[in-house]
Amino acid sequence: MMEDNLIIKTHNLTKRFPMGKSEFTALKGIDLSLGKGEFAGLIGPSGSGKTTLLNIVGSLDTPTEGEVIVLDQSIGNLTAKAAAKLRKEKIGFIFQSYNLLAVYTVFENVEFPLLLLKYSANERKKMVMDALEWVGLLDKIKQKPPQLSGGECQRVAIARAMVKNPALVVADEPTANLDAANSHNVLLTMAKLNEELKTTFLFATHDEKVIGYLKRKIYLKDGKVDKDETL
Amino acid sequence: MKLAIKLAFKNLIGAGLRTWLNVIVLSFSFVIIIAARGILVGWDRQAKNDMTDWEIGGGQYWNVNYDPYDAFTLTDAHGAIPDEFQAEIDGGNMVPVLITQGTLFNEGRMLSILIKGINPDQRLLELPTQKLDTLVDAIPAIIGSNMASTNKLQPGDYVTIRWRDKNGTFDATDICITDIFTTNVPTVDLAQVWIPLENLRSMTLMPGEATILTFRDKEKVREDTENWKLMTHKALVSDIEEMIKTKSVGQSIFYIILLILALLAIFDTQVLSIFRRQKEIGTYVALGYTRNEVVGLFTIEGAMHAILAAVVGAIYGIPFLAWFASKGITLGVSSADYGFAIADTMYPVYSGALVIGTTIIVLLATTIVSYWPSRKIARMNPTEALRGKLQ
Repeated sequence: MMEDNLIIKTHNLTKRFPMGKSEFTALKGIDLSLGKGEFAGLIGPSGSGKTTLLNIVGSLDTPTEGEVIVLDQSIGNLTAKAAAKLRKEKIGFIFQSYNLLAVYTVFENVEFPLLLLKYSANERKKMVMDALEWVGLLDKIKQKPPQLSGGECQRVAIARAMVKNPALVVADEPTANLDAANSHNVLLTMAKLNEELKTTFLFATHDEKVIGYLKRKIYLKDGKVDKDETL
Repeated sequence: MKLAIKLAFKNLIGAGLRTWLNVIVLSFSFVIIIAARGILVGWDRQAKNDMTDWEIGGGQYWNVNYDPYDAFTLTDAHGAIPDEFQAEIDGGNMVPVLITQGTLFNEGRMLSILIKGINPDQRLLELPTQKLDTLVDAIPAIIGSNMASTNKLQPGDYVTIRWRDKNGTFDATDICITDIFTTNVPTVDLAQVWIPLENLRSMTLMPGEATILTFRDKEKVREDTENWKLMTHKALVSDIEEMIKTKSVGQSIFYIILLILALLAIFDTQVLSIFRRQKEIGTYVALGYTRNEVVGLFTIEGAMHAILAAVVGAIYGIPFLAWFASKGITLGVSSADYGFAIADTMYPVYSGALVIGTTIIVLLATTIVSYWPSRKIARMNPTEALRGKLQ
């Protein structure tokens, strides 16, 4: 893999959480590299450390030890402001429970990251419509999340993550709340975006349906990389 | 900031009924504070106007020995009027008043009174002194309605008064009540009898003398003169200002309680919001907000209650306050009970400073109670907030 194509690189990544008087080690010296355009997943049972790793890569958390470079920035050394800037400009998030803003319409939810990036109203409108077209929700722009199905909500979340054309999308159990048909629909959408826009996707999952779509499978077990398979 | 305001407004409107309940309670605070303070401002203005019209004009000169709170000083509180004031007196722009202590005998009772001599031709004060220019077979006198009702006196009644002249000799004569005037200024009414100045001068053997010189022009630059102390208009109304200030403190307690209730509701809403909207907070952080920016967003959201309350308050408050200002409020108290000018019906006055000041106070208080619970967000772990995990 070419160095200048690296999106994520971790070296000896360790994360410990305080647990009463002792500590719990969630990640134990992870070494990992992820290149541009990868469609990879962190696979493992609950407690294997996949969400913790995803949060650190997404600059929502910091490592206890080791180094994590995401898009040329060292996550451990970022100030809160710099981490927020990295998330705002370059990372898209997709969550298990969608995390849409309930009082906003579909359009406004997708528009939100662009408001933070201070795009003009015309630019925002075009970009939001494009994103909603990718996920096939142009007919729902005026609806609010409570009026949508789970699958539709997750597609809105995908559009929100993709609208700013981020370099990296992290998705934590994106199909956990969806039925089989919706899961495939959502995964197809993400695979298509990965193909067309060359956006790097990193999933955390233990869902077989997701695993079937992954081009790279990184198996975690007890906070360590157990197996790393590339198709 | 612009974005935060836009988002805060959207979130606030999106919160529905809870927002409107808070806004309505807070708007009550706005309207009641402005209405209540308007009464005090109106009272202050009315009291000063009445005092100006009836008693103090544009200011006074007092004989150096005069102390209105010590009747014993009256024996010496008189003197010849300086020549420099004669032109003003002749032009009707200055009114001399001679004051002496006396006793009124009526229906077998004795009442200590102040006998005040004033020129019947004066038009500087509202006192109906022209009624002193009446031909009766005693000294004509006018009294206020409180004095009349306390002593059961009516126009046409004759009563005896006693006084001491300059040399300390007692003398007595009858007076005839030629008019009873109604005023809100008790200091020209209670226990006072107004008679023609020249009569009193002659009774007390004090020709050409006076105790007080009331002048018309408030703006004219003046200074103390020999034996006469300048009392400016501002100094003479300072007692009213002190009294209003005291009343204002007492009244403030009432609307501070109301404001606290409204602020408690907003505080409660903020606490609940932060508890219920953890996922949303985590989402803001994931989308690129810093935690401090989210604190700012929630604080603006809370503070915006005050802005909405000002708008809602204006919708029903402006017509209500306008009606209130035109109808006034009748408190059913007498100026005699208060010891200074108070009208039967008081008309509130709302100044721009009052409205703007109240708005700023409520906005600041709301911002503080909104910020207080929002600080908790700064300590939140965004990864736990995203999962909606209780903290």
